[in-house]
Amino acid sequence: MSEVGVGHYLTLSAILFTIGAIGVLTRKNAIIVFMAIEIMLNAANLAFVTFAMSIGDLGGLVMVLFVIAVAAAEAAVGLAIIVAMYRHRETVNVEAFTAMRG
Amino acid sequence: MAANWIWLVPALPLAGVLVNGLLGRRIGKGGVSVIGPGMVGAAFAVSLWLFLDLAARAPEARTLSQNVYTWISAGDFRASVAFLVDPLSATLMLVVTGVGFLIHVYSVGYMHDEDRRGFARYFTYLNLFTFAMLVLVMADNFLLLFVGWEGVGLCSYLLIGFWFKDRANATAGKKAFIVNRIGDFGFLLGIFLMFGAFGSVAFADVLPSAATVLDAGGPLAFWICLFLFVGAVGKSAQIPLYVWLPDAMAGPTPVSALIHAATMVTAGVYMVARSHALYDMAPAVLAIVAGIGAATALYAATIGLVQTDIKKVLAYSTISQLGYMFLGVGVAAYAAGIFHLVTHAFFKALLFLGAGSVIHALHGEQDMRRMGGLKRALPVTYWTMLAATLAIAGIPPLAGFFSKDEILWRTWDAGHPVLWAIGLATAGLTALYMFRLFFLTFHGSFRGTGEQRQHLHESPPSMTIPLTVLGALSVVGGWIGIPPAIGQTLGGVPNAIESWLAPVFADAHAEGAAHAAGEAHAIPPMEYALMAASIAVALLGILAARYLWLTRPELPVRIGLQFRVAATVLSNKYYVDELYDAIVVRPYNALSHFAWRVIDEGLIDGLVVGGTGAVVRWQSRVSSAWQSGAIPTYVTVFFGGVVAILVYYLFG
Repeated sequence: MSEVGVGHYLTLSAILFTIGAIGVLTRKNAIIVFMAIEIMLNAANLAFVTFAMSIGDLGGLVMVLFVIAVAAAEAAVGLAIIVAMYRHRETVNVEAFTAMRG
Repeated sequence: MAANWIWLVPALPLAGVLVNGLLGRRIGKGGVSVIGPGMVGAAFAVSLWLFLDLAARAPEARTLSQNVYTWISAGDFRASVAFLVDPLSATLMLVVTGVGFLIHVYSVGYMHDEDRRGFARYFTYLNLFTFAMLVLVMADNFLLLFVGWEGVGLCSYLLIGFWFKDRANATAGKKAFIVNRIGDFGFLLGIFLMFGAFGSVAFADVLPSAATVLDAGGPLAFWICLFLFVGAVGKSAQIPLYVWLPDAMAGPTPVSALIHAATMVTAGVYMVARSHALYDMAPAVLAIVAGIGAATALYAATIGLVQTDIKKVLAYSTISQLGYMFLGVGVAAYAAGIFHLVTHAFFKALLFLGAGSVIHALHGEQDMRRMGGLKRALPVTYWTMLAATLAIAGIPPLAGFFSKDEILWRTWDAGHPVLWAIGLATAGLTALYMFRLFFLTFHGSFRGTGEQRQHLHESPPSMTIPLTVLGALSVVGGWIGIPPAIGQTLGGVPNAIESWLAPVFADAHAEGAAHAAGEAHAIPPMEYALMAASIAVALLGILAARYLWLTRPELPVRIGLQFRVAATVLSNKYYVDELYDAIVVRPYNALSHFAWRVIDEGLIDGLVVGGTGAVVRWQSRVSSAWQSGAIPTYVTVFFGGVVAILVYYLFG
């Protein structure tokens, strides 16, 4: 049984990011897409923390706190937009919203 | 002094233009018929005064000039509105204003059926024509001459199409204008070349130095003179640009008399005579002038023989007589050419006015086949027409005999027996076709409708008085140019016009000046022989006309059937209109059609303009497809891009 190292953390981060990306690309429900984005953000956070600890630079941890704060704000605005979209069109399917077509 | 009042001569008709044109409807037909002829009459009075002033001077000092203002001043180039009165222009001024005045008076009667507007418009144009023609003959440089030249062309166009509601008249006006434009282009090229060679266009600079600047017979002299002559060919209706003149008969008859017989069409002869110093340097062009003149004289006379419209006969006769004038100037007998110009102005104006009187009496009928026997109904017209017809036929002692014979003799004397023979043949044909016109119109029995017969009437005095004056001039007008051959036997009567014009043409033929002064000079017996020949030919023509159209009127028809090909060719005017249509008009139309359909619509509109639009439309369709508005697409593309960048940096 080997030691849990940087490689493991980064692999987990990559797996999480890929799951999130696949979710963003494949799912139609706006809320699930939103959740997939959150997974990707957290995958990035994990990579930040990993590198910060391995090189001993606290800047990475600061960046993580910053990302969490922005993600909270984004969640509030994003959910509000989704609610407004639902009120308007009675659906949250992202493919239904093409009013900005050129 | 007289020189300070020269400007009045063109200014008076111009004032007439302004009054008739701007106030014509207000002052009514009465006012217009005073102002229109009055202004020209006043110009005639001033011209006469200037003429007498000139005549009182010594022959070398017979030049008056007045610079009104400098028109163009650019670098070395100067063009002034300046007038020159010398024996040549004074002669032309008297003809233009004198004959012009008579025709204006005649027009008052002829046009009385026009409404107030048409009447004012007519006299505005006619005064404008007189103004432009005076500018043409009085100009002291080639550029101002060209202004007058274009001015008369414009008035000709306006007056040919005077009754423009009839499409044929408007078309005839356009034809005259366009054909003249071809000649004018040549004239302009000549002026440009001249400016290149002399650095000036003023007569006073160009003409005296012609002999030093130009090589005699050199290419520069040749091209300047040839291009100037191209202008003369257009304006004076010579082969190959004569086709507009017969069609110009669509205008009112007094217009034909003034513009298309007496004055404008002789402008080319005046111009060649005026620039004789240049032509003397280009003998080859003089030969061309003489050749074209003689060819035109004969050619037009043959067409005139078969025309049935009374005005068309006179039109071809005018072309033929203009040919004589060019024959005269072409053999360097400039004074003889101008002399014929003057006498022709008298008798041809009279013939047209007489024809107008006949047409007026028949309410617009112009076909000679429906005339005949008008002698009794129109006595004044008959007798004056007889004088004019005898004059043009060349019967002594009427005007045409002296001028025509002078040209023929000078042609022979210059060593051109072939041209002389052509001239003589033309003289015979002239007598033949003119007396054909005369007999068909005035003799025999009336062939029109009964209604026309009832309304036959002699014209009012405003028309018959000019006829009478011109009739008198047609009889005595030739006496100003009695050749020494006759003058000596009459006790030393001088050749007045030749000695009068001698200062202008002095350097051209110094020998001619002495000859003109009526000095004892050995008269070659040949001159009498030629004179006798031309009289004989004229008499023969008259007798033949009498036999063919009075004694045996069925004979011309039989001759026509006998020589059907010749008759058809002649009555179709040698198919020249058709030829021009085929070789110029139709290819030009085809070219225009090609430029329109293929170049403009196909290439410009289709390929360039339409193509640009199509490319932009296609490009925007492609790029706007990317802006689908669907977020998943954007995300996919975005991811694809990120992956591509990563792959590039990690593995590239």
